[in-house]
Amino acid sequence: MRIFRLSLLGLLRDWRAGELRVLGLALVIAVASTTAVGFFTDRIALLMERQASVLLGADLAVVSSDPINPGFASNARGLGLKTAETGTFPSVVLAGSTTELLEVKSVSAGYPLRGVLRVAQLPYGKERATRTIPAPGTVWLGPRALTRLGLRIGDKIKLGSSVLTIAEVLAYEPDHGGDLFGIAPRLLMNLQDMPATALIGPGSRATYRLLIAGPAPVLAKFRQWVDRRLEPGERLEDVRDARPQLREALDRAQKFLGLAALVSVLLAGVAIATATRRYAVRHLDGTAVMRCLGATQRYVVWLHVLQMLWLGLVASLAGCAVGYFAQQVLVYLLSGLVAAPLPPPSGFPVVTGLLTGLVALLGFALPPVLRLKDVTPARVLRRDLGQLPARTWMVYVAALAVAAALMLWQTRDVRLTAYLLSATSLTLAVLSAVAYALVRLLRLLRAHSGVAWRLGLAGIARRAGTSVVQMVAFGIGIMLLLLLSLVRGDLLNEWERSLPPGAPNQFVINVQPEQVAPLRRFFFANGLQDAVLYPMVRGRLLAINHRPVRASSYSDIRARHLIEREFNLSWTLRPQPDNHIVAGQWWTAAQYGKPLVSIEQGLAKTLRIKLGDTLEYRIADRDLSVRVVNLRKVEWDSFRVNFFAVTPPGLLNGYPATYITSFHLAADRHGLLRRLMQRFPNITIIDVQTVMAQVRSIMHRVNLSLEYVFLFTLLAGLTVLYAALQATQDERTHEVAVMRALGATTRQLTLSLMVEFTAIGLVTGLLAALGATVSGYLVARHLFHLNYHVDPRLWVVGLIGGGAGVGTFGVWGTRFVLARPPLQTLREFS
Amino acid sequence: MCMVQAQKLSKRVASPEGTLTLLDEVDLEVAAGEACAIVGASGSGKSTLLGLLAGLDAPSAGRVLLDGIDLGTLDEDGRARLRAGRVGFVFQSFQLLPSLTALENVMLPLELIGRTAPGRTAREVLARVGLADRLRHYPSQLSGGEQQRVAIARAFASGPKILFADEPTGNLDQVTGERVIDLVFSLNREHATTILLVTHDEAVAAHCHRRLHLAAGRLRDDSVPGADRQVDLPEAAGENI
Repeated sequence: MRIFRLSLLGLLRDWRAGELRVLGLALVIAVASTTAVGFFTDRIALLMERQASVLLGADLAVVSSDPINPGFASNARGLGLKTAETGTFPSVVLAGSTTELLEVKSVSAGYPLRGVLRVAQLPYGKERATRTIPAPGTVWLGPRALTRLGLRIGDKIKLGSSVLTIAEVLAYEPDHGGDLFGIAPRLLMNLQDMPATALIGPGSRATYRLLIAGPAPVLAKFRQWVDRRLEPGERLEDVRDARPQLREALDRAQKFLGLAALVSVLLAGVAIATATRRYAVRHLDGTAVMRCLGATQRYVVWLHVLQMLWLGLVASLAGCAVGYFAQQVLVYLLSGLVAAPLPPPSGFPVVTGLLTGLVALLGFALPPVLRLKDVTPARVLRRDLGQLPARTWMVYVAALAVAAALMLWQTRDVRLTAYLLSATSLTLAVLSAVAYALVRLLRLLRAHSGVAWRLGLAGIARRAGTSVVQMVAFGIGIMLLLLLSLVRGDLLNEWERSLPPGAPNQFVINVQPEQVAPLRRFFFANGLQDAVLYPMVRGRLLAINHRPVRASSYSDIRARHLIEREFNLSWTLRPQPDNHIVAGQWWTAAQYGKPLVSIEQGLAKTLRIKLGDTLEYRIADRDLSVRVVNLRKVEWDSFRVNFFAVTPPGLLNGYPATYITSFHLAADRHGLLRRLMQRFPNITIIDVQTVMAQVRSIMHRVNLSLEYVFLFTLLAGLTVLYAALQATQDERTHEVAVMRALGATTRQLTLSLMVEFTAIGLVTGLLAALGATVSGYLVARHLFHLNYHVDPRLWVVGLIGGGAGVGTFGVWGTRFVLARPPLQTLREFS
Repeated sequence: MCMVQAQKLSKRVASPEGTLTLLDEVDLEVAAGEACAIVGASGSGKSTLLGLLAGLDAPSAGRVLLDGIDLGTLDEDGRARLRAGRVGFVFQSFQLLPSLTALENVMLPLELIGRTAPGRTAREVLARVGLADRLRHYPSQLSGGEQQRVAIARAFASGPKILFADEPTGNLDQVTGERVIDLVFSLNREHATTILLVTHDEAVAAHCHRRLHLAAGRLRDDSVPGADRQVDLPEAAGENI
């Protein structure tokens, strides 16, 4: 028990002496960054768990891309269950001269069965709950759509063939599609109005839902009944598998933000290791005396480990508190993406925060502390005895183990962890090597500079190890922010630039067969001869080589999505210009009308389809069996209309088809869209620019949140800087004292410190810009196959940010060394 | 002319047992060109006195005039400016900057006062102390004797009027120590420098014109006329003794 008391007393003493401040600060930052992300994702997970049925808007739903068998609803009602129906589809609305792509949801009375709708009179105005749905002839529009279209309540909009009045601002709907990272603004309308819009025909991209709610036993009975009657393409969703996209998105966000936070933890670890080394050195004398007085090695180790544990506990708790407040900002940054008000977090993130803190502390601080046991008692007689051997490998091994453990915990994926760990180690090794080379280069400047410069540069060279650690740690923080702020924008711009000029920027879908000829004439009259209309028949893939396909038999998420949705089949005489046959042969005139199919190679790979396989499709209640005769490579980047599956002409003649086309419209000709909409009200126009703008806005928000998390990385980098300053403080104090004795003025001394830290900062900025450029280049060339142009702003921002940041911080952090009388210092060092 | 003058110089520090008096109203005058040794047991306050005389610390009472200028009227920077170019130091523990080469260490005081061609002067002085072949060596690559010779070169490089030496042989063996002392005094003769030397080594003290004994914070002049060793007193300083 006495050891507990002694360790607590020791902790207090060291804290008062300022020995443990960096250590504590680093821990607080590490824990705060993980718990901020932890609290945030915990709240979303809780929302999904507690309000799963609200998120579904029901207890159970039948989902299909075709209208749902009315028998299901009447049977449910017969059992005493409540029902409601929804149909969701994308569409373009017209208001004045502006068009906007919206996610339209038409609902029947009673919707939602679980949760409530919230409406307002003004966009983002005061909300109120409502039990009603839009009256026939009216719509409720989301605030984003209203703002974009410049509309108000009472204004009229044109949706397909109908003109509808805006009655409310739709503030919140419980079952908002894939709203986390969902793209399009929302429109809610009455189901009764849907036919009049003429937007929904065969082949339109709609999702129908039959919502059901009621007591669990009755629900189970209905479920049993309906399960046997589900057609392919129809599926059940219940609270357990509600919102798979949302779950997936949450899972990704959790991993991504978690890993981002981990960078801060690891950098804080560097600060911890640096600070603990100083701690150990400063405790050498005290430990030697204790050993002399009879303390065992075990006792010495326990004393210091306990002291570390107390510190870890207190600092981690403080970190949790900081993390809780920091999380509020994260919620604010991502507020548009989560529609529902979030429940308060559970205590779980506190547990993980404490664990992270203790693991980081023990991993990074234990090796230097453990070495204290090797101090020989003879040190009390001769201070030169018992210098600690530099067992740096132990520090590295422990750090690597901690990093691996934390990453594994975050990703729960051994391969990903191994990959990340080696990528991180490689990055660190390369950055350190470059930093070291630059430090060596700085030496060359020394011969040709004044005294302050020489002294500053000499300081960097003498403390080369510490300097490199500072540069790499702070450089990583700057690099990540550069990547997110500048390189991301550059890549997006580059991608837009890489699109061939005149690439289609408008897509038209939902064209009915009888509209093909008039639409062609319309295009021709307006100089859009390139707009080729392609037929499209929707079919569901039932079997490959007579073996039924099920989403559950594929582990790949993309494959599952492909099986669950309908395929668009088309027919054509010749392959499109941007298609290349990679296997098999294209059909001859003799094969027209034969049951053959050409498959896109990416899809073939995902669904494991080979040349010669037989595919069975169900198209509008009829089954069709076709043989794969060739595989195509498609250049999706061309932005032209393309199909996964294409058949020879003649085969699909009897099936219901709609037509699709794409064309390029110059920016000054947007008025044409308005005329197109007025002539053909039922068609859907998708403006690529608008979709891109929506994607950009989502990316911006997600990016902001990541940047926010990386601010902790920058803070951790600063802590490393601070720890390094502390570690070299004695040395610096000595230098300053000698310089003072030789007659150096404060100005000269400050200048030399400024030179040292600004040079470190410039190298740091150089590293960051270099790292960001190389990463940008690698991502551009190898991930997106884009040309990458070096952005000069990276270098400017990196150098200025690094130089000014480290320069100011360094001079500020060492201001105390200038204040001491030189005699005192010189005596200590004699 | 008086180069270093102390009047009623006292230094007291606070300790858990109350105020501790390190120096008690010390009076001292050192003439230009004079070599003066302060001897005394360890802990007698020798180094404190030297530090106060050189302006490395501020006294609790009394005043110090260095080259006729009252240190009490100057702030830390003012004292530093006064030292620059006028004062040289040799310390027991050499106090070389480990991050600089031998040449750079010697250049340092020259650069601080903005002397032109500091490299050439530094090279010449280093050659004078016999280290022409050690210019690019860092202190850690030099022996104790070599380090002290670098320190001496640094002390004399700017041609100071006064040299303060604090136990210059304390960390050296006897033979090396003697060589270092010979070097100091021959440079002293060449430059007519005033020397104030703190030592507990009587043999070293014997090189000086005058020997002062410090005990319990008080100074006593115990110079013995016709000491065991003949010292050359620069003519300029002779009339002041």
